[in-house]
Amino acid sequence: MAKSCMASLDQAVCEMLEKARRLKVETVWDRYQAMLPQCGFGETGLCCRHCLQGPCRIDPFGGEPKTGICGATADVLVARGLDRAIASGAASHSGHARHLAHTLKMAAKGKARDYTIKDKAKLRSVAARLGIPTEGRSIAEIALDVAEAALADFHEKETPVMWVATTVTKKRAKLFSERGLLPKGIDYEISDIMHRTHYGADADPMNLLVGGLRCGLADLAGCYMGTDLSDILFGTPQPVVTEANMGVLKADAVNVAVHGHNPVLSDVIVAVAKEMESEAKAAGASGINVVGICCTGNEVMMRHGIPACTHSVSQEMALVTGALDAVVVDYQCIMPSIATVAECMGTKLITTMEITKIPGAIHIDFSEETAGENAREIIRLAIETFSRRRGKPVDIPQYKTKVVAGFSVEAIVKALAKLNAQDPLKPLIDHIASGNIRGVCLFAGCNNVKVPQDQNFTAIARRLLKENVLVLATGCGAGALMRHGFMDPANVGDLCGEGLKTVLTAIGEANGLGGPLPAVLHVGACVDNSRAVALAVAVADRLGVDTDQLPVVASAAEAVAEKAISIGTYAVAIGLPTHVGVMLPVVGSSLVTKVLTEKVKDLTGGYFIVDPDPESAAQKLLAAIDERRAGLGLSVPGGGRR
Amino acid sequence: MMRKEIFIRYERCMGCHSCELACAVSHTAARDLFGAVLGGERPQKRLYVDQVGRVKAPAVCRQCEDAPCVAVCMTGAMHSREDGVNVVDLPQCIGCWMCAMACPFGAVGRGEGKAIKCDRECLDEEGVPACVRACPTGALVFKTVEEFEAERRLEAIASLK
Repeated sequence: MAKSCMASLDQAVCEMLEKARRLKVETVWDRYQAMLPQCGFGETGLCCRHCLQGPCRIDPFGGEPKTGICGATADVLVARGLDRAIASGAASHSGHARHLAHTLKMAAKGKARDYTIKDKAKLRSVAARLGIPTEGRSIAEIALDVAEAALADFHEKETPVMWVATTVTKKRAKLFSERGLLPKGIDYEISDIMHRTHYGADADPMNLLVGGLRCGLADLAGCYMGTDLSDILFGTPQPVVTEANMGVLKADAVNVAVHGHNPVLSDVIVAVAKEMESEAKAAGASGINVVGICCTGNEVMMRHGIPACTHSVSQEMALVTGALDAVVVDYQCIMPSIATVAECMGTKLITTMEITKIPGAIHIDFSEETAGENAREIIRLAIETFSRRRGKPVDIPQYKTKVVAGFSVEAIVKALAKLNAQDPLKPLIDHIASGNIRGVCLFAGCNNVKVPQDQNFTAIARRLLKENVLVLATGCGAGALMRHGFMDPANVGDLCGEGLKTVLTAIGEANGLGGPLPAVLHVGACVDNSRAVALAVAVADRLGVDTDQLPVVASAAEAVAEKAISIGTYAVAIGLPTHVGVMLPVVGSSLVTKVLTEKVKDLTGGYFIVDPDPESAAQKLLAAIDERRAGLGLSVPGGGRR
Repeated sequence: MMRKEIFIRYERCMGCHSCELACAVSHTAARDLFGAVLGGERPQKRLYVDQVGRVKAPAVCRQCEDAPCVAVCMTGAMHSREDGVNVVDLPQCIGCWMCAMACPFGAVGRGEGKAIKCDRECLDEEGVPACVRACPTGALVFKTVEEFEAERRLEAIASLK
């Protein structure tokens, strides 16, 4: 019988949670219960620990104390806290991008033999966008220039951050420049936030928020660069058919999960695993089964069709199966608790990055020069673990869904080109104009223990798809939707409204799929929210409008990470109404809350919608789409302007 | 002089646990947070901040006049002190938990097999309990019943405006 529980909508997770409780393995849900109640000062953003006179807490009810010890008001505390979250998110995405820039540089110089330039066309197009000459030059020369341009974007220089200035519409770049929002350098902006939020620096909440917006755009640069360089090195994703959920684990195979965010190591592991099949078979396994967790999983799914085991808040549950022989992690969103679960279940946890070590894990010091050897060492450890596990019972929840993934912008344009080779975006625009596509929504971000896993994502997506909204998804948002069948083309009939069904079927059939595209297009990892920006910018350019006029919205329905906050910030900066489904720590300041949800509209056209209720959030997203449609003079369902 | 009691303005509780920390610290030898932490003490709190739905609230011993915990105690460990505060005489406590069963507020805790509860041995020089002193939003107030009731009446009237 199908399991259900309060923690998750995913039955596989519920089964494993029951097992964890039986075995007394502590999980994220247990720790959340133990943490309640969570301190209201932190929840409202009214706790400041930026100096040693603190911590300061301001009464959220307007009583005393009304300011921190230094005199900073609630507005200042909240704005400073938000800024620091944005800076942390930007540091994470851009750290990831910088890692790739170094890899590309080493590959271009021939110093990393396990890496090649897989997508030369993308290299040339990125180079052209950056103004790097390509005519008559070797791939290595161009790659070196692109890598150096990427590294140059981190610090202050003559030009602003090119991965922002050249990736948004011209109108938007001009607007950013005029309003002081164009980042000078990625690291510069992160450092600037840390400076201005230091004791006794910026005490103007509006000025702080503008600084935060600019840092959010530095995060866009980090994301966009991460996507570009990954595509150049590992190939730009094209549609692949694969599967998701814990049913992808195989009891008789060496199961290796790649977890974290970066393809630099995981892509090599996928390649090496294929070469080492015979070693695994010699150990009595049916083969090596590489599966993904979180965004590293999305990276290898998009490019190689590697199945996704699970995502985000349920990462511990993958280990509870007992079937994983190794979990290989890079960085970001890796709960340290998996070390304990790994120990309980006999799984090898392997950390690989200098900046992410976990007590209880085996650390293999990964470097680009030795990537192949590192990957082989890791797989060998997994085979060894399998030898010990062999024959022992494991609990693999028998749930999996079919997934069609791999929708990079290039893949989407290629699919649309089958309808109109000269002007691939025209069919998309025509369908938006006719109302077959009412608008577009991007689902991004994490799963949050405060929300029954996947509840907000699936509820909002279901509603929007019925209303003919084209849905894109990244990161663990994509993970949520793929586990519930939203990326299986067979479910288009049930999930989508008539107009959207027509469009997805027309594109699918023109591409020889014999059926529709999936209801939700998987556009990649969380770093790949840049792909959604690229698509919005392409459509806006084609229409001759700016991105804040498009009927495009975003939703981080179950956000967790500071990265989600910085992504939301750049979505607002390029002009999107952006939903967040959990409370941001800003409600302690009515000014900051008002700026984020209303006033910022005057500056960028975008704004935040904070609503934990999925049903009313869906209504608000639809209303925002309709407002934009009316603005463009397009028909609005139900007629008339709202 | 009328005795003061600890009252709770539930709507003000932020769930920050400051009261719990202050209570525990006031029962240490060091009687200060850093001293206790550095000295390796593991003090226990005597009130509890919990959450149901979105409501956060402290549960504090009411120091009942006709206290069920005292009434049910078979060994006499739980008794009313002269000042009317109900306390446990640890050597006499046998850990039968009748007091815990009888308390309608869940205010009796367990410490190394013995009952542990609010004993008001935490008052500062002004006679204010540590938890009340620590509460940053004034969710815990230390007033006489008359004072608290008067405040309530004024609030009720103000809400009619």
